[in-house]
Amino acid sequence: MTTGFQIDGFSLHLGPTEIARLSTTVAPGEVLTIMGPSGSGKSTLLAALIGALPPGFRSTGTLTLNARDITALPTEARRIGILFQDPLLFPHLSVGGNLAFALPATLRPATARQARIDAALTEVGLENFAPRDPATLSGGQRARVALQRMLLAAPQALLLDEPFSGLDLALRRQIRTLVFTTAQARGLPVILVTHDPEDAQAAGGRIVSPMGEVMVEG
Amino acid sequence: MTGTGALRQAPRLVMLLLTLPVLAGLAGTLAPAFGLGGEPGLDAFRQLRDWPGLPGALWLSVKVGVISTALSLALVLALVATLQGSRAFEALRHLISPLLSVPHAAAALGLAFLIAPSGWIARALSPWATGWQQPPDLLILNDPGGWTLILGLTAKEMPFLLLMTLAALPQTDARRRLLVAATMGYGRTAAFTLTVLPALYRQLRLPIYAVLAYAMTAVEMAMILGPSRPPLLSVQITDWMMHGAAGDRDRAAAAALVQLALVAGAIAGWIAIERLSSAALRHIAQSGQRFPHLDTPLRALTLPLTTLLTLSLFAGLAGLALWSLAGLWSFPDALPETLSLRIWTEAAPGLWSATLTALALALAATLIALALVLACLEAEHRFALTPSQGAIFLLFLPLIIPQVAFLPGLTVLMLSLGLTGGPVTVAAAHFVFVLPYVFLSLAGPWRAFDPRVALLGRSLNASPLKVFLRLRLPMLLAPVLTAAAVGFAVSIGQYLPTLLIGGGRVETLTTEAVALSSGGNRRLIGAYALLQLALPAMAFALALTLPRLIFRHRQGMAAR
Repeated sequence: MTTGFQIDGFSLHLGPTEIARLSTTVAPGEVLTIMGPSGSGKSTLLAALIGALPPGFRSTGTLTLNARDITALPTEARRIGILFQDPLLFPHLSVGGNLAFALPATLRPATARQARIDAALTEVGLENFAPRDPATLSGGQRARVALQRMLLAAPQALLLDEPFSGLDLALRRQIRTLVFTTAQARGLPVILVTHDPEDAQAAGGRIVSPMGEVMVEG
Repeated sequence: MTGTGALRQAPRLVMLLLTLPVLAGLAGTLAPAFGLGGEPGLDAFRQLRDWPGLPGALWLSVKVGVISTALSLALVLALVATLQGSRAFEALRHLISPLLSVPHAAAALGLAFLIAPSGWIARALSPWATGWQQPPDLLILNDPGGWTLILGLTAKEMPFLLLMTLAALPQTDARRRLLVAATMGYGRTAAFTLTVLPALYRQLRLPIYAVLAYAMTAVEMAMILGPSRPPLLSVQITDWMMHGAAGDRDRAAAAALVQLALVAGAIAGWIAIERLSSAALRHIAQSGQRFPHLDTPLRALTLPLTTLLTLSLFAGLAGLALWSLAGLWSFPDALPETLSLRIWTEAAPGLWSATLTALALALAATLIALALVLACLEAEHRFALTPSQGAIFLLFLPLIIPQVAFLPGLTVLMLSLGLTGGPVTVAAAHFVFVLPYVFLSLAGPWRAFDPRVALLGRSLNASPLKVFLRLRLPMLLAPVLTAAAVGFAVSIGQYLPTLLIGGGRVETLTTEAVALSSGGNRRLIGAYALLQLALPAMAFALALTLPRLIFRHRQGMAAR
């Protein structure tokens, strides 16, 4: 069985123009960085990989995740997690509510759900934060909650859409390390899009352009 | 059909539900007007021609509609052009916005209580300034020229146009356009008119036509404030429908068609003026004139005028409340000698029953409209649908086609099908007018919702339904409830659909208040009008406080 995220002959078009092309396999724990300037189609490529292509765009090719063909699956069935530049914590839910949203409904009873939430928070140094209002958290705390929320949904791959660019320098390093080590520890293939060379370098893997040209070999 | 398939059809269903009654009503108006089903011919039109009041009624309809629409639009645009961003503007906006929820009948009754010869203004000035010991014999209300009606309509339509303008403004990139023009030395008014207005007006066009159509064919406001010999054509049509002999219904149908043609003609004329103005504006824009001296006089004119109009509506509404509590209040006393709850206790059974009926109709119409609007907007989001210009026009159809043109036909059609008017048919008729407002109110916030939230939710394995129920709906609770309050207020204010479709048997606060307006019992009118005013106000208060209460521990929701 092939594990990892296999992208075969994937091509993205806006009208007649091809804006992105990718054919590669991202191994479990590996980080593939797609680097390019703003407006080069990086985020649209991620949207296509996650199954949320905006109207007007068209994609071809096959996506296989851990030997499962996910090309035609809707977003919620792909098992791919995503982190954006903003943590996008749901403002109407508590920190615990945000994490509970990601847990499968089959996980019961309520005490078991709460235990999972508490464990996830403890893992990132946020013990007893479950009842807190997300708006009262610092930037770093929000980023950690967003990461844990995503992990509780048990994704099999991880997409990062410039997730560190909203953070200040010290925090950026800390969160970046946390995300990459967590992904590696869990054996998640990661695709990072960024325009920042430092993020790309820190990822330590291959760096390609949206058109699939290899800029740095891993 | 699957749930997803049904959702995809929601916009089509809504279009059907809006257009079908309007078209059926128009057909139902056409048939008796041309004697179809009996002896085809133009008898009904001949009867209408023989009515001596016809020329006056037609002229009044055009005059009242065009002047009040132009005035309210001019005031709103002048307000935005000269004052937007200032403290005075924010204060005035806060003052004007709640007036949107005031039903037309209550606004008209309040204004009538204020400016009548025995009204509050005359009392406040008498006898010390006027010498009047008795109410003067002046024809202020129901003046033959329709000026009081024009005043009332202008004051009442201003909040709607202001709200529409403020909603459309962000999409015109106004701030940067004004800044660019200002750096080139253009005055505020000139900068607004030449750089923002062309884009803004495109989005205001349909609301403006709706206001024009409404003002030309207003019934309840015209019955309270408008002239009576002749009245506006719409008032006469209603009278023929409700109180006339059998032949009068045919004449009413013919008059309804004439009214429709008149509104169509007025809108066509308005469009012609739009084109000319647009060409003139382009010409001026290219002339390089900066008009920096226009701002001060325009501001000096706009601010007091809009404030006066707004405050007069508020004073009128306060007058309604006071009258409902007044004991002895003889002329020229500015305030009643005693206060009493007598009218409230005496009229309690009638007030209670009319309140319950109004409440039930409004809740039914609003809940169904809200469910369908949510389905439409969700379908739009999930299937990446973009409403066409035609669809938007259909949404406005019940607002642009005058009620008086198709409701008589719908009534006749209903009767011929053996359907008698009752609460259910009236609620269905309210729904047709409630839905467009709910849609207009909710579409903006719904479409502006960050699409990444839904994407993120789905990447956490949540189904589209879970994303809708657990993320989108609670996060948009405030605009959803506001849209519901708007719909509720629209239903509470409905007069003609309740009267005609209900066959006069469904009595709401609005139909009762208007029916009482021709009599002289100010205390009773005050009580009915006050309740009519209070229900939408309470709905808006609920829409404002409920989300704050529910999310009181969520700071991130307060910013929304």
